[in-house]
Amino acid sequence: MTQETIQQTPLVEMKDIRVAFGGVHAVDGVSVDLYAGEVVALVGGNGAGKTTLIKTLSGAHKADSGQIKIDGQDVTIDNPRDAKALGIETIYQTLALAENIDAPGNMFLGRELKTRWGTLDDSAMESETRKVMARLNPKFTNLKVPVASLSGGQRQSVAIAKAVYYNARIIIMDEPTAALGPAETTQVGELIKQLKSEGIGIFLISHDIHDVFDLADRISVVLQGKLVGTVDKDDVTMDDVLGMIIIGKLPDDVTQTEREQLHG
Amino acid sequence: MPDTDAEETAAAPASTAGKGAGGIAGFFRTAEIDTRLLGMIGALIIMWIGFNIMSGGTFLTARNLWNLTVQTSVVAIMATGMVLIIVTRNIDLSVGSALAAIGMAMALLQTEILPDIFGIGHPAIWIISLAAGIAMGAAIGGLQGAIVAYVGVPSFIVTLGGLLVWRGVAWWMASGRTIAPMDATFQIFGGGARGTIGGTWTWVIGIAGCIGIIALMVSRRRQRIKFGFTPRPMWAEIGIGTVVCAVVIGAVAVINSYPMPELLARKYAEENGIAWPEGGLTIAQGLATPVLVALVVALVMQFMATRTRYGRYVYAIGGNPEAAELAGVKTRWTIVKTFMLMGVLVAIAAAVLIARLNAATSGMGQLSELYVIAAAVIGGTSLSGGVGTIPGAVLGALVMQSLISGMVLMGVDAPLQDIVVGIVLIVAVALDSFYQRKAV
Repeated sequence: MTQETIQQTPLVEMKDIRVAFGGVHAVDGVSVDLYAGEVVALVGGNGAGKTTLIKTLSGAHKADSGQIKIDGQDVTIDNPRDAKALGIETIYQTLALAENIDAPGNMFLGRELKTRWGTLDDSAMESETRKVMARLNPKFTNLKVPVASLSGGQRQSVAIAKAVYYNARIIIMDEPTAALGPAETTQVGELIKQLKSEGIGIFLISHDIHDVFDLADRISVVLQGKLVGTVDKDDVTMDDVLGMIIIGKLPDDVTQTEREQLHG
Repeated sequence: MPDTDAEETAAAPASTAGKGAGGIAGFFRTAEIDTRLLGMIGALIIMWIGFNIMSGGTFLTARNLWNLTVQTSVVAIMATGMVLIIVTRNIDLSVGSALAAIGMAMALLQTEILPDIFGIGHPAIWIISLAAGIAMGAAIGGLQGAIVAYVGVPSFIVTLGGLLVWRGVAWWMASGRTIAPMDATFQIFGGGARGTIGGTWTWVIGIAGCIGIIALMVSRRRQRIKFGFTPRPMWAEIGIGTVVCAVVIGAVAVINSYPMPELLARKYAEENGIAWPEGGLTIAQGLATPVLVALVVALVMQFMATRTRYGRYVYAIGGNPEAAELAGVKTRWTIVKTFMLMGVLVAIAAAVLIARLNAATSGMGQLSELYVIAAAVIGGTSLSGGVGTIPGAVLGALVMQSLISGMVLMGVDAPLQDIVVGIVLIVAVALDSFYQRKAV
């Protein structure tokens, strides 16, 4: 496929997604899209609805209404298995690891490798995990202990390995660097760039505006469940985006007084 | 013996135990020995020696140890299932009552319904009774599990209801009568006069067990080398293999040194055309059927818990239900399956119990839910979920039964026995949680 055709059909289109909890509209008619080889950052304050929005794509939560298209085709995602079948992998903010199980067990959870007798092939899973870790986090070698006893960075590596191992086409990262130190954060940044170059589309949820500007191609801002707007990173400044997050207006619509208040 | 796969129970916290400590802990870690299980075995041995001294040498006799294995079977069979139930953060309080209901159904089938169809003693009778019992167990478990998993009623409540319901059902099926006697072939499940496999077969099983253990260790070692991992040091392999096989052979020797009572031996000699010599014959009874059933159940359960996807999902759900769900595991169905498995094990235990008693009463199995849960918990199963092993539960059942048996031999009053068992349960869990906190 040429660059042209890729650009014509988005990898993911989410249209007019709505999710309500009781009477609260956590996500209120948000539309976002994602192209292959692109990083779209979803930003917004706490409780803006970023995570809820993205959960409708990862299958963790069902949307009340709205439409999801993958490669231009309408799809229904009722559970995480549906999402995985469509090539959507998610790295959750909570990491979603079974604390009592070791790294290979977690990495292959739900997709265990089996021996020819149908039993778990622990050695093969350990070996595969070692290969992935050699790339992601070479210092992490004590794979056979329960993840509960691993460091934050190691646990994050397991969660990331779980997502990148399966040739995903779409990866959702919910605060992938929240628990990491500077060196590990740089590592995750490198990984995102590498995945991007492989043509994978990435939704990145982040609080860190510097990370967002460093990694994202486009930035979608949500406020109180509504989409403020989506901008190209190259067209805006960090201040513009902060304005969108806090005031909820596109850069051009922000008045002089509002701009001054923002810096007050 | 189920205690060979110590390092296979990767989900247990024991594999992290001893971290950061020197000498002895380091030795166990290098040898990959489950220190927790070893501790339990140590406690059991101390208890046995203590009881032997206090009961004036009657505890550590072949006769008592043989009886101990038979008495442990029923609780051990159910405890292996209870481990998985508790690992998924659930509980099953209904097992004692379900045992009575299923036992009663099997008893009625083989005494009042099937003989009318096939005639007394027909081989179809025991087969159909057992199959029907197992199906009933799976149905009871499936029903309770479905209410827990799909309706969302806490398992404590569902099975507390079950505790009342199935006890009532057991009474209602025969209006409270005692149903006896069981089908002659069915009685074999209970041990008793014909329910032993004999000395020769016990040796065959013991030796086959040793060969199996060694084969497993060799295949594990090959597998590790194939994938380029450091295998367990050779001295550890040989040492563990030798000790485990010695224990198996020793157990067989002890079991086989308990001979048939004279009356039975005389009958056996007559049936087999052996002349009755002066001074009597010593014929080994060998392993009792209930013990054989419990061993097979423990092996199958250990395999399911550690070598299958299902087992992995059970532990994953216990560790983090949300993560398991997000990883695409069918968590609800896994929980239903676990309750069904528990029901099947209750049915097997019921078959053993009614065969042993040669009767079924609606009061059978009262309080056994508590003994089963206690066995699992003493065996290291954590009520907060995610942690527990099958060998641990079997050992837990053995600890409980040793305690009761020892106190009986010492002539301790029944109420005092309950008090001691209750206190030991609490102390065991307290010690364990203290140890766990230190280990992590």
